[in-house]
Amino acid sequence: MTGPALLADLSLIIPELILAVGAMGLLLAGVFIKGEETAARLVSLAAMALLILAAGVAVFLAPQGGGTAFFGAFVLDSFSLYAKAVVYLAAAIALVLAGHYLRTERLARFEFPVLILLATLGMSVMVSAGDLIALYLGLELQSLALYILAAFNRDSLRASEAGLKYFVLGALSSGLLLYGASLVYGFAGSTEFGAIALAAENPSVGLVFGLVFVVSGLAFKISAAPFHMWTPDVYEGAPTPVAAFFATAPKLAAMVLLIRVLMEPFGAMADQWQQITIILAILSMGIGALGALLQTNIKRLMAYSSIGNMGYALVGLSAASEAAVWAVLLYMTLYVIGVAGAFGVILSMRRAEGMVERIEDLAGLSKSRPGLALAFTGLLLSIGGMPFLVGFFGKLFVFYAAVQAGLVWLAVIGGLFSAISIAYYLMILKRVWFDEPTGGEFINPPASVAIITRVTGIATVGLLLLVPFMLTRVIEAGSAIGG
Amino acid sequence: MAFIVVFGPLLAAIIAGLFHKQIGTRASQLITTGATIAAALASAWLFVDVAILGNARTYELAQWMAVGNFDISWDIRLDSLSAVMLVVVTSVSALVHVYSWGYMADDPHRSRFFAYLSLFTFAMLSLVTADNFLQMFFGWEGVGLASYLLIGFWYKKKSANDAAIKAFVTNRVGDFGLALGVMAVFAVFGTLDFDTVFGQVDDGTVQTLTLFGLEFMALELIAFLLFIGAMGKSAQFFLHVWLPDAMEGPTPVSALIHAATMVTAGVFLVCRCYPIYELAPNTSAIITFIGATTALFAATVGLAQNDIKRVIAYSTCSQLGYMFFAAGLGLYSAAMFHLFTHAFFKALLFLGAGSVIHGLHHEQDMRNMGGIYKLLPVTWLMMIIGTLALTGVGIPLLNLGFAGFFSKDMIIEEAFMAGADGVTFGYFAFVVAIIAAGLTSFYSWRLIFMTFHGKFRGDKHTLDHAHESPWVMIVPLLLLAIGAIFAGGLFRSDFVARGALEFWGGSLPPGPYAEGNYGEGAHGHHPPTWVLFSPIAVTVLGFVLAYWFYVVKEGLPAKIAARGGPLHSFLANKWYFDEIYDFIFVRGARGLGDLFWKVGDRRIIDGFGPDGVAGTVMQAGRRIVRLQSGYLYHYAFVMLIGVLGLAVWLVARAGGQ
Repeated sequence: MTGPALLADLSLIIPELILAVGAMGLLLAGVFIKGEETAARLVSLAAMALLILAAGVAVFLAPQGGGTAFFGAFVLDSFSLYAKAVVYLAAAIALVLAGHYLRTERLARFEFPVLILLATLGMSVMVSAGDLIALYLGLELQSLALYILAAFNRDSLRASEAGLKYFVLGALSSGLLLYGASLVYGFAGSTEFGAIALAAENPSVGLVFGLVFVVSGLAFKISAAPFHMWTPDVYEGAPTPVAAFFATAPKLAAMVLLIRVLMEPFGAMADQWQQITIILAILSMGIGALGALLQTNIKRLMAYSSIGNMGYALVGLSAASEAAVWAVLLYMTLYVIGVAGAFGVILSMRRAEGMVERIEDLAGLSKSRPGLALAFTGLLLSIGGMPFLVGFFGKLFVFYAAVQAGLVWLAVIGGLFSAISIAYYLMILKRVWFDEPTGGEFINPPASVAIITRVTGIATVGLLLLVPFMLTRVIEAGSAIGG
Repeated sequence: MAFIVVFGPLLAAIIAGLFHKQIGTRASQLITTGATIAAALASAWLFVDVAILGNARTYELAQWMAVGNFDISWDIRLDSLSAVMLVVVTSVSALVHVYSWGYMADDPHRSRFFAYLSLFTFAMLSLVTADNFLQMFFGWEGVGLASYLLIGFWYKKKSANDAAIKAFVTNRVGDFGLALGVMAVFAVFGTLDFDTVFGQVDDGTVQTLTLFGLEFMALELIAFLLFIGAMGKSAQFFLHVWLPDAMEGPTPVSALIHAATMVTAGVFLVCRCYPIYELAPNTSAIITFIGATTALFAATVGLAQNDIKRVIAYSTCSQLGYMFFAAGLGLYSAAMFHLFTHAFFKALLFLGAGSVIHGLHHEQDMRNMGGIYKLLPVTWLMMIIGTLALTGVGIPLLNLGFAGFFSKDMIIEEAFMAGADGVTFGYFAFVVAIIAAGLTSFYSWRLIFMTFHGKFRGDKHTLDHAHESPWVMIVPLLLLAIGAIFAGGLFRSDFVARGALEFWGGSLPPGPYAEGNYGEGAHGHHPPTWVLFSPIAVTVLGFVLAYWFYVVKEGLPAKIAARGGPLHSFLANKWYFDEIYDFIFVRGARGLGDLFWKVGDRRIIDGFGPDGVAGTVMQAGRRIVRLQSGYLYHYAFVMLIGVLGLAVWLVARAGGQ
């Protein structure tokens, strides 16, 4: 590779470079800063700054028209730029939510923000992947960081168990993915997406098998049923800010990667993979809606909620059209905002004696903390897709994409499960608004968390004004794909 | 003046109803009573101005709504017809307000009561002063509401609540007819304005309207639908069932609403719309028949009732029947005349009964009364006067008698002449009216004898504490008694005879047999002398029989009643109307409701719908949760099964193609 060509390639990966070099630097710096908490605080602040910087670069300084680097392994287009911006910001929000929690739970170590940075770097590579190698590279970089984060509270039996489970199952899914990739390579003769797309026009059975395995591996990352089993256990066991992180940025990154894999290399095999996504969508919506009904732990409930929400996103993706791409992007963006806020509320559930996570602990919240209760109401109903909160438009457009593609029946099933899922959001809200308080009041949440809940809560209504703007953004982003 | 009359009571009702907590009970009573007394005085002045001096006029107050050519305004229409109603409504209302000071003295919610009374007065006044059908409908519904509120005033009493609902529901049936009638008027004439409609009423004889797939002559249909409304409000046969039960309300209410004013709204409606009824002979015949039937039916039921107020209630029903068949025969002025006199003596009887009830500590059963005329001498005398007026005692040819003598006998005589002229049901109405007059006399005197004469049959404690009513209750009785004695003789000429043409001034026809119709000094037709004397004859007969049974052979009727012959049970149970309605409508509706509720809603809709779905969903949720065992190998197994399933599915599909 010649010098100018290398420079040209590097100019496309500036955000990744910022994250990679920053993570290394912070890792070193953390060692030299005296005092564990101070180190954690400073590194965390620096990591946030790096994420925002990277997001700024991705949004404002990206080269016009994008391009590819490293012989097609890395793709920079409006689609990946959009995803990167959202992922970076979601990671930053996760760091904001985490700070106070980690300090009070005596988990404040400077490795935490570094791991977040590395995971984000992995996601960044994922959304820009242009061949199977880059795909796997990004995925594994992300996953390895997440395995550690899940078990970050290593003194807790539950957290260790959650981390271990996630690791073992993640390794299994990686195996499935790799096996699928090898099949695809074997039958398509290339790992590059463009070459695979050519082979997909006349798919062999081997390529279909490869597709199934690759999709299964990715479905694990977005926790779509039946590859969802890890989700409730990990959400419950992992530290709450980690669960908040799990539910937001990686979900979006994996979904974006799935869109790209299905629409670009396997775009010609839409007939085949549509059947897979439809099955995954129905199973996910069903398990997400039904499983959540009987939960008593709010984090487990959020796990099922995220499973269900991936189902709705897959409904949109099943349309296999341009509308499918932007509808899912919009849906995932709104979902990330809603979930970040909801986890902010969960992080506010702290009494004098410690964190609580049972749904019944929310009883009477409307009396003790009306502002928080109001924000929670907006957030939950927005996640549930209640009109006219902003989440409604997310759901509306994924169903719209499905209906446009002739999948009316799938949209109807989605609507039914959506109605069921509203039930458990309402069960929570019933506790919040109508039950008498039990136990002590929650102590004041830190300002960082309070700001996140308030801003996201207001956003569930306020973003309504921005829906047209968001639509133009996601349509522009989606136009890079599926054409 | 007109504003004081109509809006004074409304203002008073608002103040007393909403602010009685601030101003106190006594102030509420003062305001409402003062407002109605002022309204009564103003009405008297208007009566002289409008009816006697002939200054009919209409005030347009405001536009109500204007949609296309549907243009409705709020008006105060002052003509002789409305002036008569104004006098009746406001004077009885004022007296009832005063009377209630005594009657309701112990009730803690007096201010609410007075507010309702004034609200009713306002609604009734806006009804009678309406210049279009819609405002009349507004007043019509307003009095219905006030009636409901007042019947159920003692809302803690189940029977009062039931009666209030019964009155409301029964009136809904009638009001539905009225609403349809008003709509039909608009459909045919394109306006609801009285004068415009009556001006082009001939059009209605040509047009036809289709209802329930049948074609009707427009005017007949309108007339009939309006009459259904009148039947409901005026408790005519088939829709009469609510009136006796309405006696659960406080007695002043019975006097004001269920004797003197609201129940006469139906008669007023028919009279107001006389141009329509003139051209709708078939409906008029129906009105005659229904009216006459009601007169007879209610009189027979009145024979066997033991509740003092119910007797008078059936009597009211019966007298309304007289008014209706008069209107049906085209004798509108006679109907209005009877309405006018009846208001005085019926209010007198009710308030007298209230005085008895008050004096005997809310005892209403006549079987527990008797011989109390010495304890309540003024009440006794007033009741006698009321009864004499109701039964129409007087001397024919001399024109000397109580109020009812002039108005009721006028109806009976003119009914005979209408029959002679070949008007449908004319003779039928005449015969029925004679029989009913005899029955009226019998049950009225029975009431007097059972209540005031003979031996006291109640418990000793009640008798010891029996007392004459305070002066606030006596004075209204005295004033009404004056009306009951003189209202007939004084106004006969104006209402139905020589002065009628001038008096009504076009708001009503003077009547086909009114002397004024035939020029100054001329005498109209006269019925044969035996017709003149037959009412008084049956009245005397009724009195004698009542005297025989209830004074001479005191105790005999009780034995007859105890033996319970079929005729007695038939009458005592009011021709089994309540039972029949209960069986057909109430139980029918209940059964239907039960069916829809238990089978339709609970078993089918809930069973397969909300409950069933919720149950299934929860069950499914439980299974899914059970899958989440926590074992790593289970999870891995599910994943592998998933991959396998997807692969097999795709390959099988591909192979199938």
